[in-house]
Amino acid sequence: MIELRGITFAYDDHRILDGVDLDLDEGELVLVSGPTGVGKSTLLGVVTGLVPRFSGGVLGGDVLLDGVSIVRTPPRERAHAIGYVGQDPAAGFVTDTVEDELAYGMEQLGLPAETMRRRVEETLDLLGIAELRDRDLRTLSGGQQQRVAIGAVLTMHPRLLVLDEPTSALDPTAAEEVLATLTRLVHDLGVSVLLAEHRLERVVPFADRMCLLTGDGRVAVGEPAQLLATSPVVPPIVELGRAAGWSPLPLSVRDARRRARELPALALPEPATEPTAAPGLVATGVTVVHGRTVALREVDVRVPAGRVTALMGRNGSGKSSLLWSLQGTGRRQAGTVQVGELDPARLEAADRRALVGLLPQTAGDLLYLETVAEECAAGGPATRRILDRLVPGIPDDGHPRDLSEGQRLALALALVLAARPRVVLLDEPTRGLDYAAKRVLATILRDLAANGHAVLVATHDVEFVAQAADDVVVLAEGEVVSSGPVRRVVAESPAFAPQVTKVLGSPWLRVDEVVAALDGVR
Amino acid sequence: MTAATAVRAGRLPRDLHPLAWWAWAIGLAATASATTNPFVLLLLVGVAALVVTARRSEQPWARSFRLYLWLGLAIVVIRVVFRLIFGGSYEGTVLLDLPEIPLPDWVLGITLLGPVTQEALLAGLYDGMRLAAVVICLGAANALANPKRLLRSMPSALYEIGTALVVAVTVLPQLADSVRRVRAAQRLRAGDERRVGRLRRTLVPVLEDALERSLALAAGMDARGYGRSSGASRGERRTTGALLLLGLCGLCVGSYAVLDATAPRWLALPMVVLGLVLAAAGLRSAGRRAERTTYRPDPWRWPETGVALCGLAAGVSGWWVAHETPLLAYPGLASVPQVSAVALAGALIGLAAAALAPPPRVVLA
Repeated sequence: MIELRGITFAYDDHRILDGVDLDLDEGELVLVSGPTGVGKSTLLGVVTGLVPRFSGGVLGGDVLLDGVSIVRTPPRERAHAIGYVGQDPAAGFVTDTVEDELAYGMEQLGLPAETMRRRVEETLDLLGIAELRDRDLRTLSGGQQQRVAIGAVLTMHPRLLVLDEPTSALDPTAAEEVLATLTRLVHDLGVSVLLAEHRLERVVPFADRMCLLTGDGRVAVGEPAQLLATSPVVPPIVELGRAAGWSPLPLSVRDARRRARELPALALPEPATEPTAAPGLVATGVTVVHGRTVALREVDVRVPAGRVTALMGRNGSGKSSLLWSLQGTGRRQAGTVQVGELDPARLEAADRRALVGLLPQTAGDLLYLETVAEECAAGGPATRRILDRLVPGIPDDGHPRDLSEGQRLALALALVLAARPRVVLLDEPTRGLDYAAKRVLATILRDLAANGHAVLVATHDVEFVAQAADDVVVLAEGEVVSSGPVRRVVAESPAFAPQVTKVLGSPWLRVDEVVAALDGVR
Repeated sequence: MTAATAVRAGRLPRDLHPLAWWAWAIGLAATASATTNPFVLLLLVGVAALVVTARRSEQPWARSFRLYLWLGLAIVVIRVVFRLIFGGSYEGTVLLDLPEIPLPDWVLGITLLGPVTQEALLAGLYDGMRLAAVVICLGAANALANPKRLLRSMPSALYEIGTALVVAVTVLPQLADSVRRVRAAQRLRAGDERRVGRLRRTLVPVLEDALERSLALAAGMDARGYGRSSGASRGERRTTGALLLLGLCGLCVGSYAVLDATAPRWLALPMVVLGLVLAAAGLRSAGRRAERTTYRPDPWRWPETGVALCGLAAGVSGWWVAHETPLLAYPGLASVPQVSAVALAGALIGLAAAALAPPPRVVLA
């Protein structure tokens, strides 16, 4: 249906795509994968026509839709055939209610009123968002917004749906809902889906084919199992399969479980040492109210020094509110927060950041200067040294916005750490990071804890929690629903279980534990 | 459809056409601006408040009416306080003899404090009430009809402008949100503490954020078919443009001549009419080539006509009262103002809108 022929794309002399060929057929889900910065979004943009129109750069080669070249056709003239949902669905909303948003694209196509009405109703049902039809788009949760954004392009009946990281900002349950919706579209309606995603563990089981960007501008296209055998970015389940020497590689938890029965008896991992507990930050009865919604209701949290605590919960469960009120900037209506003898809310901004550091959700908000060197100079004498320890080799003269997602995050974190806070809070730092960058971040957090910091990290990423955290606190509706050591909490709530736990059962958490145990057997 | 079913269908719960509410509100506002009679003004505010309570929906913008009431109150208070401070020159009953603060000669005509007269206070009160009533009437329209839906019912030729306005309206709260977020974030790090430096720390990330959002929105709109080519030829596009431009020029010249009594009369009304005709032709030609359709356009049925007529009747009666009985419309400051039956009836007609309009649609929150 859609064919890419010898696509090349470059900014000045920096070549991103080099001779890419790709065929997309009716009714298949194709996953675009690869490390950060290899050009996944660029490849999607070439298909939708947004690259090079919105990005600059030089595009060569040809894009064919049913054999007709559309490489010079602007995105708006491709809209009837190719639908696109960007990384942040809320940024692309044009109207203000769900129903109007679903109708917007059809109005542009000039469809008759009856058709529009029928398709809106069908789409509301198909995506399970009928009860949201009159809601203000800004009041929706992340998963709901994502589904509305998908619905808004579906009403145009496109033959190909292009999605850029559709689940990266979602909690595990919302992500599964969105992916289930996509699979349904592919299977029942014959829509083709081309999607880029970092969190392979979520998407790989649903993918018919994979398109792996290798980093030299070329792509490898093939069956997921076959490509993942050699891919540089793989989900934990594939790592497990590689370690155990399974062939073909299992891609879903179900397949892996069957293969896991063949494994020899393994020595169970050592239970983690219980907290010897130097109290880092102790909060009791924290209550935060925004207008008439209670964001947090009498929450008790302990963030012990020397340990990494993960804060989980669905979108809108009060994670950010909790972090900001622990840091002291967010107003709390009741409760106490104590770091040693001090309450951060009663301190001046400068003293506060020396006590509690917070890396906000959009780390870019912290940066305002033109070069990395200037940022480090403004951040204080220790900043550059901390940055080099976090992620070595970031050039002094680089513009902070040109850095990769992981590097920019490290720069912002270095600025926060420069004040030497005893407690470090991080809000969703794993967004947009690939597996390698997440591993680096996990190491950074472990090091901080080893140096006696108390670390609290809010995240949706269960695999990251398994790698980095000692304890987990789960929030729902502004209340703590479970808390304790990772192994116990994960065993209690399957929704937050990492793949290794799903395959081998509790107490297994990480692939490296299994690898060590396997080595022990051999 | 028989007449009876048409009557019943028009009264089923639904959102009234926004233009009808705006016509009604403008009528009330016109009445308010044509009088300083405090009783009539209070009646108008009461009518507006009653209709809003009876017919507003449960959607977010409907809650804005209370804000307009507070705004009205603030206007009245400010006007009275101003008269108190600067109002020395009124003759009449002195209520409070404040000492006058001498000012230098070059601020001739302005007095600070001085004796407070009943007349000065009343003049301030009436004046403030008039402005407050106008604001509250327009606030009522805002609470009853989503302003964005009003933009949607514009002729399709003005569609692009409408979309631009809607986007601009949504950007403002986002910008405020972004400023708040960035200021909080900047306090988390060390940096320039001087004034210019602090401004830069907020401004740079906010502007970068706004730019990125706009690009994302533009990309999203483009990918969803905004601005698809309409298939109009170059010639057609030029004709449309020329018609619209000439129409606008005609309207400008015409309205100037209408307002300026010394201008030749043939430039006045004839020019306005000519401008209107040309503009209408331009809009028609532009609308014909737009291949866009509207999803669930608001219908215009008899309740809409009724509500709009209520506004018109109120406006006309207000104008009539001001024209025929100026002493009732602009009462003296020395005695208790009086009202006439026509003035009261004119204001009360607005209430009929609540009875004519169908109840609002039930919305799942």
